[in-house]
Amino acid sequence: MAETGARGRTALLGKIMDLHGTMMIVLLCIATIGFGMLYSVSGGDFGALAGRQMLVFVVGFGCMVGAALVHLKWWWKLSYVVYGVGLAMLIAVEVIGDIGGGAQRWLDLGIIRLQPSEIMKIGLVMALARYYHGLTLDEVKTYRTLIVPAILVGMPALLVLRQPDLGTMMLLAAAAAVMLFVAGVPRKVFAIGAVLACVGAVAGFYQLHEYQRDRVFTFLNPESDPLGTGYHIQQSKIALGSGGVTGKGFMQGTQSHLDFLPEKQTDFIFTALAEEFGFIGGVTLLMLYAVLIAYGFMIALSARSHFARLLAIGVTSTFFLYVFINIAMVMGLIPVVGVPLPLVSFGGSAMMTLLIGMGLLMNVYVHRGVVLSRQGTVR
Amino acid sequence: MDIKGDRYRTLTRRAMILGAGQAVALSALVARMVQLQILDADQYKMLAEDNRIDLRLISPLRGRILDRRGLEIANNQLNYRVSVIPEQAKDFRSTLVRLSELIPLPEEKIEAVIRQAHRSRRFLPVTVSDNLTWDEFARVNSIVPELPGVQPDAGRSRFYPYPADFALLAGYVGQVTEDELKKLPDDPLFMLPEFRIGKRGLEAYHDQSLRGVAGLRRVEVNALGREIRELARVDSVPGKDLVTTIDGDLQRFAMERVGEESAAAVLMNAHSGEVLVMASSPGFNPNDFNFGIKPDVWRALLKDPRKPLLNKAVQGQFPPGSTFKPVVAMAALEAGVIDPTATVFCPGYMAYGNRLFHCWKHGGHGNVDMRGALEQSCDVYFYEMGRRLNVDTIAAMANRFGLGHAHDIELDHEAAGLVPTRAWKRHNRRDPRWHDGETLSVAIGQGYMLATPLQLAVMASRIANGGHAVEPTLMKEKVDAGWPRRFAPLGVSPEIVQVARDGMIAVVEGGRGTARGARIRDWPRGIAGKTGTSQVRTITAAQRAGGVPRNENRPWEERDHALFVAFGPVDKPSYAISVIVEHGGGGSAVAAPIARDILREALIRDPCGLTGGTPYMAMGEADG
Repeated sequence: MAETGARGRTALLGKIMDLHGTMMIVLLCIATIGFGMLYSVSGGDFGALAGRQMLVFVVGFGCMVGAALVHLKWWWKLSYVVYGVGLAMLIAVEVIGDIGGGAQRWLDLGIIRLQPSEIMKIGLVMALARYYHGLTLDEVKTYRTLIVPAILVGMPALLVLRQPDLGTMMLLAAAAAVMLFVAGVPRKVFAIGAVLACVGAVAGFYQLHEYQRDRVFTFLNPESDPLGTGYHIQQSKIALGSGGVTGKGFMQGTQSHLDFLPEKQTDFIFTALAEEFGFIGGVTLLMLYAVLIAYGFMIALSARSHFARLLAIGVTSTFFLYVFINIAMVMGLIPVVGVPLPLVSFGGSAMMTLLIGMGLLMNVYVHRGVVLSRQGTVR
Repeated sequence: MDIKGDRYRTLTRRAMILGAGQAVALSALVARMVQLQILDADQYKMLAEDNRIDLRLISPLRGRILDRRGLEIANNQLNYRVSVIPEQAKDFRSTLVRLSELIPLPEEKIEAVIRQAHRSRRFLPVTVSDNLTWDEFARVNSIVPELPGVQPDAGRSRFYPYPADFALLAGYVGQVTEDELKKLPDDPLFMLPEFRIGKRGLEAYHDQSLRGVAGLRRVEVNALGREIRELARVDSVPGKDLVTTIDGDLQRFAMERVGEESAAAVLMNAHSGEVLVMASSPGFNPNDFNFGIKPDVWRALLKDPRKPLLNKAVQGQFPPGSTFKPVVAMAALEAGVIDPTATVFCPGYMAYGNRLFHCWKHGGHGNVDMRGALEQSCDVYFYEMGRRLNVDTIAAMANRFGLGHAHDIELDHEAAGLVPTRAWKRHNRRDPRWHDGETLSVAIGQGYMLATPLQLAVMASRIANGGHAVEPTLMKEKVDAGWPRRFAPLGVSPEIVQVARDGMIAVVEGGRGTARGARIRDWPRGIAGKTGTSQVRTITAAQRAGGVPRNENRPWEERDHALFVAFGPVDKPSYAISVIVEHGGGGSAVAAPIARDILREALIRDPCGLTGGTPYMAMGEADG
């Protein structure tokens, strides 16, 4: 007992020593840029946004370390549970929304308000990682094994779409596609899937809410209605462009401080950064994200269990998708969808989700030597 | 077992592809940033400045309108008001409804404001309410942060301290209409909600100089258009004060004296042409127009048969009637068709062609010479002059005395009157031939003859000043700088003018004068005048046979116009006046007393310092 206890303590200490220090520093850098920008867009009011964000970050950072230290096999075991809880909560939101008579994305648990779709972002990655962990490559190549993943992705995607949260739906679908791809699903399936997605998009377009449809039209021609729905994109581009190479200086962004920029503390915070710190500031943040993503891939490839590899790639790719969708959107490359900028945008739910995701990534790193059998036993 | 197996190889290969894909995607983001922030940066910097910087106009104070001594006919008063910029208001109607909880803003007014907002451009402020009390203004200010687009401000608005007395002279101001926007040369001031443009009268004629020049402020604004700070400023240039020749006290006296009649009076300095009184009655309240006139008030003004919106002094055209006779007398003398002492017998009518031309006096005047004919206003004498004269000769003399053409008075819509000639009839009437009988009508100021009260005042002035071509003006500035000190002679011999003057003196001072009642009893130096009663409709032979109904028994529109022209004092003619009372009845009974009282007031006050102590001028010295 004493021996195992001592070994356990040593193991824990070893794990802590083994936590990915560089990654943590990069994370901290990104979050600090976020605090700075939140301080700026709130006009120098520390408590309004930056202070609160820091608090969430501290709590989230703790959760991340916790998630990193739990043994990988527990995450394997909990995979379907997390997914199930997420799904149940999505259904609950849907039901309450129906009763309340309006779209709802939040579940109020009294103490905290949870956004079930955030849990689902992690849950879906875990569930798919576990499912493919149990299959051989030959099995993966059969169409039969597409049924379960299709259900795993389909249920939450439809529920999120009904909220309606087009951005999250796309995020879920894209993350799942990435996982199926690296798991070895035949390329032909993706070709068919792409065609189906296009058909679905066209069909779905007519099911969209008017504001969503407007966003698509606006994206296609943002200058057509500069005071209506094209306003956001146009103003964001003006803010970015007017930042130039070196930017207007900290707290000197006219577009953000004179309220031309919408949602500047959440979806459009990258614009505020690029306006005040210019091309240099924007590229610096992009580089930091790139470093994190690169680490994610390296960690995935260094892991010895399939579950861990898939989990790492799923989390990393989700992270990538956040970054890409958000920045591409504020630069007018894709339609306006509500996706925050990871670790920078103001908001507790997304921050927590992302930090826990990072925790899982670190978990894979810490447990890169662990080998899991198809049945989940440690060998 | 599968650590280095197929699954791993597939995963590694595909992860590489995926990673490369993500790297490409992130590079695309960087490329986009290069495009936006480096290549197109200048363009976006400009757009950001456009966003941030707003140019705001500063409205200049409109120039005042003053009388000759500085009395304010029109000035500017402090006015608290609220306007809303439709483009910036989240919901225009609900913004107005919210405002209606704080200030008096009835439902109809909300609708009217919305209609107005639809007409004007969305980024231009629309005035919602004017003339707020301080309390209301403060309440609006307190909710401004919640209501984007609402702009409370304290401006100046036009005010007429003596509204009715100067209404038709000063005119009024109002908001610029779409029509005016299209027609007038563009002025940035048109964009200001508080801007008022002169619509009538002096306000319209002198609008450009009264208006002033807009100032400009460069301000930093936020997305809602709210001003953050001022960056630069060019002040506005206030409009120029307009100093008129009008004597405010006399004008008010005249308006008071005219009362409710539909009438006009013009009093002039007979030598300089300065117009001292230009009264047109009834007046209206020009202050009603400033903030948009109420429809029922407007309708009432339009429907009033006395035409309160018409400045009768310059726009009203009436047959001059007998007031024209002195001019005909001078035409006859100059043409040499009669000697001043020669007499004509008046039996009370004259047969000419197949028509009977009646004298106003049934029994006739018997033998009258020219002076007597003017004194008693004998129609037959002047029919005879008309018979002896060519209509064009009469017209030429009428033109020389200021009739039949406009005088470039500094007012809008000045009417030209009408002095018929053969050529005129040839070009303007269906029957192109001039009938000699028509000359007879012209000789007593009837027929086609039309004159404005201003023209009649000019006519009286030219007789009074011994035949000099005085022109009327309303602008003191003109008189003070470069206005002719002495106008050129008309080329009518002084003796001839003196005959007309003597006749007019007799009208008032003579034993049988038609305006004996207009003599100023407490003014020893005497005045001269000429009555006129012009017919509105032709009296047919049948009516005459059946007895012409008395004037007061006819409907108002069919009653005669009462006219009187006069000048004084007799020994040194200085001021000339014309009065017309539309459908007022007889000139001697109605118009003469009004003219006498106004002229008396002018002579006593002597605003131009003309009458003081000059000895009687003998005949022949009038022009010297």
